[in-house]
Formats: sequence, C-alpha cells, structure tokens
Amino acid sequence: MIAGLAFTTPWLLLGLLALPVLWLLLRAIPPAPIRRRFPGVALLLGLEDKDRQADRTPWWLLLLRALAVAAAILGFAGPILNPEPGQPGTGPLVILLDGGWADARDWARRQERALAALEEAGRAGRPVAVASLADTPQALLPGTAADWQGRLGALQPKPWLPQDLAAWGTNLPEGGFETLWLSDGLAHPGADDLAAALLDHGPLRVVASPRPLYALHPALFDGGKIRLAASRSPATTETTVEISARGPDPSGTDRELARLPLTFAAGAPRAEAELDLPPELRNRITRFEILGQRTAGAVSLTDDTLKRRKVAILSGGADREGMQLLSPTHYLRQALSPVADLLDGSLSDVLPAKPDVIILADVARLTQSEQDGLLDWLDGGGLLLRFAGPRLAASDVARGDEDPLMPVRLREGGRAVGGSMSWGEPKTLAPFPEGSPFHGLAVPPEVTVTEQVLAQPDPELAGRTIAALADGTPLVTRKAVGAGQVVLVHVTANAEWSSLPLSGLFMQMLERLAVSTRAGGGAEQVQGLTWAPERLLDGYGQLADAGQLAGVPGETMAKVLTTGPGPAAPPGLYRNEERRVAVNAVNAETALTPASWPLAATVEGLETARALALKGWLLAGALVLLALDVLAALALSGRLPGLRRAVTVPMLAATLLAGAVLAPGSLRAQEAAPPPDPAADARAIEATRGVVLAHVLTGDAKVDEVADAGLRGLGEELWRRTAIEPEEPMGVDLETDELAFYPFLYWPVTANQPLPSPAAYAKLNRFLRTGGMILFDTRDGDVAGYGGGATPEAQVLQVIAAGLDIPPLEPLPRDHVLTRSFYLLQEFPGRYNAPDLWVEAAPPDATLEDGMPFRRLNDGVTPVILGGNDWAGAWAIRPDGSPMFAVGRGAAGEQMREIAYRFGINVVMHVLTGNYKSDQVHVPALLERLGQ
Amino acid sequence: MIQPADLRADLRARAEALGQSLPALLAEADQLARSVQLGAHGRRRAGQGDEFWQYRPAHAGDAARSIDWRRSARSDTHFVREREWQAVQSVTLWVDRARAMGFSGDANRPAKADRARLLALALAVLLLRGGERVGLAGGDPPRPGRAQLMPLLAQLDGDAPEDFGAPLTAGLVPHGRAVFLSDFLGPLPPLEAALAEATEQGVRGALLQVLDPAEEEFPFGGRVIFASMGGTLSHETQSAAELRARYLDRLAERKARLADLARSAGWHFSTHHTGQPAQSALLWLYQALEGGR
Repeated sequence: MIAGLAFTTPWLLLGLLALPVLWLLLRAIPPAPIRRRFPGVALLLGLEDKDRQADRTPWWLLLLRALAVAAAILGFAGPILNPEPGQPGTGPLVILLDGGWADARDWARRQERALAALEEAGRAGRPVAVASLADTPQALLPGTAADWQGRLGALQPKPWLPQDLAAWGTNLPEGGFETLWLSDGLAHPGADDLAAALLDHGPLRVVASPRPLYALHPALFDGGKIRLAASRSPATTETTVEISARGPDPSGTDRELARLPLTFAAGAPRAEAELDLPPELRNRITRFEILGQRTAGAVSLTDDTLKRRKVAILSGGADREGMQLLSPTHYLRQALSPVADLLDGSLSDVLPAKPDVIILADVARLTQSEQDGLLDWLDGGGLLLRFAGPRLAASDVARGDEDPLMPVRLREGGRAVGGSMSWGEPKTLAPFPEGSPFHGLAVPPEVTVTEQVLAQPDPELAGRTIAALADGTPLVTRKAVGAGQVVLVHVTANAEWSSLPLSGLFMQMLERLAVSTRAGGGAEQVQGLTWAPERLLDGYGQLADAGQLAGVPGETMAKVLTTGPGPAAPPGLYRNEERRVAVNAVNAETALTPASWPLAATVEGLETARALALKGWLLAGALVLLALDVLAALALSGRLPGLRRAVTVPMLAATLLAGAVLAPGSLRAQEAAPPPDPAADARAIEATRGVVLAHVLTGDAKVDEVADAGLRGLGEELWRRTAIEPEEPMGVDLETDELAFYPFLYWPVTANQPLPSPAAYAKLNRFLRTGGMILFDTRDGDVAGYGGGATPEAQVLQVIAAGLDIPPLEPLPRDHVLTRSFYLLQEFPGRYNAPDLWVEAAPPDATLEDGMPFRRLNDGVTPVILGGNDWAGAWAIRPDGSPMFAVGRGAAGEQMREIAYRFGINVVMHVLTGNYKSDQVHVPALLERLGQ
Repeated sequence: MIQPADLRADLRARAEALGQSLPALLAEADQLARSVQLGAHGRRRAGQGDEFWQYRPAHAGDAARSIDWRRSARSDTHFVREREWQAVQSVTLWVDRARAMGFSGDANRPAKADRARLLALALAVLLLRGGERVGLAGGDPPRPGRAQLMPLLAQLDGDAPEDFGAPLTAGLVPHGRAVFLSDFLGPLPPLEAALAEATEQGVRGALLQVLDPAEEEFPFGGRVIFASMGGTLSHETQSAAELRARYLDRLAERKARLADLARSAGWHFSTHHTGQPAQSALLWLYQALEGGR
C-alpha cells in the first residue's frame, strides 16, 4: 500500500512537524465561558470548583484536532495511490479492438482501457489511430487523441466476430508505430498474419480479458426434444450456466418459458443438454439465452426449425383396404409425420384446434357450414392446401364460377398425357419462375406428370401460378383469402397422376409452403429467395427492429448460415413470406478457440491499478473531523442543548454500547418469564371487588385508551347519579382473561382487529349465554349510512359476530326497556348521533295491551347492542375530570354528551337490573289490584 | 415592560378563568374576633350580625330591650334572641416584583413573575367572590367587591429594579391573612423580619415559592459565568455540571429553612414550579388559607 503511495508536493509534509506545537498551544487554552442569567446564582456564591483540570482541553479533543490538522496537511501534500509510471512509448499509437460480440461482456472496461491509452497518448502528443476489427477493413489514418475520444465513446460491439484480420494487415499506416490490441481472447482467422504485420512496425501490447466467454449454439430439434449446446473459452473448472427459453405468453408478453442448467465438465469446452417441452410451449419459444451473459453469442434465436406446425390431412371417400400406397394421403403422412403434428378427424373436428395447415386431398364437395368454417379460418391466416384427384376432376366444383376455396376455375375433365391411352410424352416441370416461393429449387428431371386437372384460362391465372409444367400449364396455383391462402396442386397427392410425391422436390415444396419445417439446417432452403431482415440482434444480444434495411439475397444467406454472420447479414430474424430464418451469431459448428500470440507481443490483463488521488478524501476527512470538533467544543462548553451534562464522548459511546448489549438480554428474560398465577388471582380479586365495567382490548392503543377513559367517565357519572358504584374499568384480553367476572363488555370495533381464536369464541358465547352483555361500537356513526356500503369497521363486526351466538336482531323499538331503564330516552347519541341501534328482536307474539304504553317484553336482557356512535368518545374524561373529546358544538354538544351519559347509565342499569323496569310498568295495575 | 390595556385584560381573563374552577373560598379564622368587621359570613357562634342564630333563656343582666317578647310570650320564661356572628377576612397579597422573578428557563415557559401574578390575581378573584377583602402589601388597605380587582391589577404591574425582592409588611391588616409569592432566592433576613412583624400583628398566611424548573434541575454544563438577573451577583465555574449536586443541596437547604420559618410563624410553605399547571398551586393556596386552624 505504502509502496504505491506518492506525493505531488512532498515538502508540505514538513507541516506535520508543527503538530506538537499545536498540541501544546491547544492544551493551554481552555474553552471560552458562556454568560448565563440565572437567579439561583445567590445559592452558588462561594462554591469552589473541585477539579481545576477541566479548564484544560481534554486529550481526546486534542487528538481530534491534531488528526484533523494532520489530515489536512497530508491532503494538501497531494498523495496519490498507485501512481502511474511514465509511459516510455513514442511515435504513433494504434489501438485495435476486436469489436465483436465477444467484447460485449466487458465493453465498458475495454472502452475505459482504450480511453486511458488515448489520454496518455494525447498527453504525450502522439498521433493515434483506433480501429474496431469487426468492421470492414479500411485504411488506418492516425489522428489526434482528441479526435478519437468521441468516436471511441460511440463505438459499440458488433454482433459478429472479426471476419478477415489478414485484410487489416494490408491497411496499416506507414512507418513505425506502437500497437495496443484489446483482444477478446479468441483466435480469429488471419490473426497471426495481422500480429506479424504489426510486430514489423513496432512493439505490440495485447490486452486480454480474464472473464470467461460463453456462446450458445442454435437449438436443434431431435426426436421430440430440443437439444441445446453451449461452448466456452477458456475451458477451465466445472461450471454450470443457466439457459433460459423465452417467448410470448398467451397474452403476448415476452417471458421466460423454461429454464435449464447446462454443466460444463472440468476442462470441457462444450456442454449439451436436452429440453423436453410440450408442443404448445415449444412453438412459442423465440429465443434461448445464457442467463447473465449480455452478448449476442449467448443468444440463439429460433426460427421455423423449432416450430412443429399442426397439419390436418383430410381426404375424400373411404379408405380402400389393402391399397395403402394408393391412398391419397399416404405420401403426405409419410412426408409430414416426422416434421409436423398431424391432426386427424373430420373437418368440423379439426377446425377448433386451429391447425396451421389443412390439406384436402382430392376433396371436391364441402358442406356449407364446413365451407364457412374454412373461410373464417382462412381469414385468420390459415393455409389450405388442396390436391386434385379423380373426384375433384369428376365434380363440378369451380367449373363455372370461381369457388372461394379454389384458386382458379377448372376445366372439365382434366387431361392425361403420356399414358398408354394418350398421345404425347409425360410432361416435366418447368424451372420455377422468380417470385414463386419455389424459386431456387432444383427441378429433378425424373419428375413427370401424366395426369392433371386444368385451369380455365383467366386473366389472373398467370399471377396465381407458382409452378408450371414445361409446356406452361399450371401445376400449382394459389390465391390469397383474407390473411391466409389457398394452394391447389393440380395433381394427386399420391403417385397416381405424377411422380412428384416420390421425389425429394415434394418435400422441399412442402417446406417452401411452410407446411413442414426442415429437420436440420439447410442452406439450399434459402437459395433463390430474398430475405428481408425483420429483427436484428445488437452486440449485447438485444433484439431491435431492422427498419428499412435491404433484403439479403439467398446466396449470401446460404453462405452466412454455414460460415457465420458478418456485416453483410447481421444476426437476426429474416423473413420470406411465411417462412423465417434466424441467423445467429454462433452457429452449430462455431468453436471458441483461445487466441495464441507471438512471443514478441506483451500480453497484459484488462485490469489496471488506477491512480487514485487521495487529496479529496483526506481533505473531506479533515472537514469531518473539524465538524466533530465543533460539536465536541460545544458539548464541552455546555452550549449543546442535547447534552445536558458534560458527558464525554467515550462515556456516551460506552453507555450506548452497554444499552445495546443489555437490551436484547432483558427482552429475552421478559419473554421467558411464565405467566404468573398470583397476578391473575389479583386481577380476579380486582374484577370482583365491585361492579367493574370492562372493555375489550383491540390492540389499537389509542382506541383502548379512549375506551378506558370512556368507561371511567361513565363510572364517575354512575357514582354520582345512581346506586351503581363501579370500580376502575378494566381492559379485557379475550384470549387470556376470564370474562365471567364482568357483567358488561364494551367492544370498540377497529378495522384491523384480529379475529378471536376458537377458544376465545367459546368464552364469549358462554359469557353471552350466562347473561353478559356486549356493547359493540363501530365508532363510524359519522360516516355509516352514507354511500350505501358498509364501513370497514362494520365489515369487521360482521366477521367477528359470525362466530358469536347472537339471537335475531332488530333496530331498537321505541318501547324497548333501554329507553326507560333509568332515564327516559328517545335517542342514543355518543359522539355521533346515528339512529341505528340493534338489539335482540322482540318475540313475535309480543302484543300491545289495552291501556299500556308498552308491549309486554318482560324476559331477557338483550345480549348484544350494536351501534356506531362512539359512546366511549363521548364518555371519555381525562384524569383531571375534563372531557377528552368535543361532542358536537357548544351547548347543544354538551346536551348530546349528557344524553350519551344517560344512555350509558341506561345500558348499565339494563345490564344489572334486567327486565325490572319493564315490570315497573305494571305497578299501577298491581297497586290497583292491591287496593281492591 | 409593556403593559397595554389588552394585555392586562388578558391577564385578568386568564385569572378569572382559573378562579372559576374552584368553589368560592370562605376564609376562616379563629383569631378574627378582635378584628371584627361585619360581613356576610356567619361564624357559627353568637355575636354581632343580622341573621338569627338562636334563642336562649334570659340571664340577669340582659337588657330588657334585648328580650324577644314574641318568643317569650309563648312560654313562661324570657328568651333573648341571639344573632349569628358574621365577619369577613382581610387577605394581603405580596407578589415579588424583583428582576429575579423575570427569569424563565425555557422560551415556552412563562416567567416566574407572570406565574406569580396570575396566581395572586386568581386567588384575589376567589377571595373577592367569597366576599373577603383583598389588598396588596404596600398598597391600599384590603377592600371587598369585584371592583377591587382593577386596582389590584394595576398595582400588580411593573417591575422593581432590585435583584431580589424583600416582603413588604406595610399593608398587613392585624389578625388578617397574608400570602407571599416569591422565589425566595435572595437573602433571607428581610423575609425573617417580615414574618416576625406579621406574627406580632397576628397575621397568618402562606409562603409560595415560585421556581422555574431550570432552577430546580440546574441543567448546565461546561464553563459558565452565572450572573443574577440584575447583574449584581456573578459566579464563574469551570464545570457547571460538577456544581449541580452542591447547588441542589443548597436549594434543598433553602427550602428547608423557608419551611422552618413558616412553621415557626404558623404559616404554610410550598414550592410551585412554572412548568406545572397553575391550578395545583391555586388549590394549595386555597387550602392553606382555609385550613388555618
């Protein structure tokens, strides 16, 4: 560490010698006093300070200040960690970057390294040339470092690898120069030649990155499974990488569909794994990528290779037993079963399965519903492939008018050529015209046609013909229907009319029509077509729209597919009609070969120890120390309000530390303590000493406090006005406390109240059945009833009450005993005055007697009262007896509070006296009877 | 010190608000027989007054005119109609107006002088409502009635220039009551003298020491020069925190001394902090004046 330390102005360090002087100086000066006005000074007179040491600056403050000054001195001396040794190079400097996707893994650091070299060269005034070797070779023109800095920053890695390094060797500038080659660590073609050419001009420094490089080969479809392979360089220890298969989900969002680990054995450069996916999922996959590798090489796009199209094959008429080779669909099945998922069944059965292709082999007539279904399906992008045959030839389909499901009109009868009963030779195929999807396919001479159906001459016929016989008669015609197309092959699908199904051309034509997909890579499949780039990969493996890039001719594409992408055809997805081809940065054969360098070249790592100027840090440290010193000085002189006593900082820290150590221990001790029984006994005695009003603890401290204060306020009023003299109210925990001691529970309902446990429910129900009463208060009387919906508290109450044994309820009737158990009341306000108050419903046979103001409702105390007027809030008093909350406004509010108290008194009276008041109603009658 | 009329009205309003929370005070005094002035309060013994107290049989020596003939006519003996002895109390308040009382240890707390004035006025409101006579020491003699509040208020204004106040005995009514409100942090001899003089005149009452919490806690540290409010006294210390214990000792000693003084003179003593609500102090004063037995 110290070895790599240097100072820009070392003589400033002499200032450190002044530190002892500072020490002495500071020690001599005590902190300045504060003047305070204080009447108690009369009592202070004559008190001497016991310890005169306090007027000296304490040692730790001295140390703080000395450190601050030392840090400042060191900082101004300009220390630099890992100072860069002077670069001896002279003359022009050429900086070469490989610039392929292999660089993308640490492109920023490469740029940084190149920029550092540029800056050095700029300081030394050396001309510089920078080149990315993945570009097309061009002449290297040295310029100033400043010219190159901006261009270097804009340089991005290409999604391919350098193609032709030897060509760069011929573009080098004249004369001697030094070269810095930022290599990606791979052997590229012609690298040896270029290195030799560079060494001819001057020294060559090679910078190689130690980070491993991974490449993902295109996925192959093999025996129902997807085979994935990856390569790496260098091949070192056993490593596992994760490969993610991505594609759109049913909603179209791109997401990971599958993931599988791929393990490289120790020393192995290549690893393989198999992925088995259901076809639905497999067809969705658009790309594979190695997780955590942001390079184009770690991404493998998929094209039709992995797709297994759903093909429905239907033929007209019953199969003839024993003549399988004559079956209209035999060859189709043979050709398609390895490469497509075949659907069987009637047309109405297969249409809902949304096949990609429907093949009608010699089917003439369709029912109207089948035809409609097919048209719908075609509009959605289906491909209907029809083969001719005896039935079609014999039918009158598309004779007069064009059938919507036929591309052309047909002439009656068809024709037979070269047969035993006809003139002429069997016809051969003409080369496929340009614009036809079959363009570029070689026409084997042995393919002959002996019979076919003929198209009616028509103005559109030429445009609809995509394959024709040598004499010009159409062999394959097609037309677009909606987003889909109808293709008619004018011969049969079996070998009856032609030898086409027997040839390899049949397969290739099916592939070109995107009916099947090829089982392996095939350059010949792309020949002769122009491929329009659809989406292209960048060097980091990100897909982007290709925009208006020119199409790539099939020849180039075929070359690219075998040798790997280049500037002519960058990696990405290319499209021709229905078919897509993916060009990947890495193809199946790509091997990551580590580069080898000539002995004369110096190879260094990408890591450079950066010169680190410590000046800023030291000065900041000095500032922090000085700020601490200000605080400490304030604390010492008693000017810091937070520190009332002159507690020295170490003491404070020790206290805090001790607190932190002790606190958890004491907490644990608390938890470990078993619930003491004497406390429960004391509580029981307390609860049974007199009448105790209790409230349910909700867990919300504020609500509980209000409930407690409310019951205390109600208790005070009961003391004053009635013979009931309740003790201090108690909070009741439903889970742990015994309820039997309390005649009355006040239960404020909060929105986030936990549900009682089953045991607590059992307790509550026992409490209700044995004559207890619960006053539920949702405390929402101000908002309830507006907007129609239940408030959160009311919803909670519903949930809580569901487990309680509560009889049917009704809104409080006007003759309920609650209205007259002590006071005569018409309404029952708390802090709010919502009219809804629910009590146990009166028995249905309660009747109003003549001359009686009330019904006979004698038996039973209602076990619950439900309301939302926040009674506790109205009853609540502070310890000094003043009300805790305002109720209403002014005198009317106080009147409301009074009524609230009266309601509370009525409730408690009702609880304690039951139906006594109800009986009182009959006193006049009883007296009358006694008088008689 | 600015004392505009509305400020004064504010003080009065606050004092009345404070005074409303207690029942009217009936000052009770056993020594009042000789300083009798007729008032509205029965002494529950026979004496001078307007209200009927009892009939008693006439003794020899009762003037013939004192015999209640109406009552005597209903029986054979003569009866004398006695009236209840009624008297009022005179209470003299002394509020320390020295500069030491202007201290407040926190911007949120009232100065001691403010609290002392408030308490004095509240007490005056209570006493006046009970029909007592209230006056300020050194001012006009005690007078009854709510009209007396305004002069009291006017006399409570203003600060004295000296650092620590000495109680005035000028307005004390013999055998009346007195209340001294101060911090009692100054020299004690003037207080001792005042108490001695009050005792001689048969005056009893209460000492209420009004202190700021800062004076009770001494929350200081570091190097401090303490100066009295007027600047006449000062004391320098290097470590104020280290003085705390000894300061608290001295404060406790001072309180004990004050309590002793009060006890020997038959007075009551209590300490009130400006950090506490004023009601507790008013209640104490109420009880101290009531429980003079």
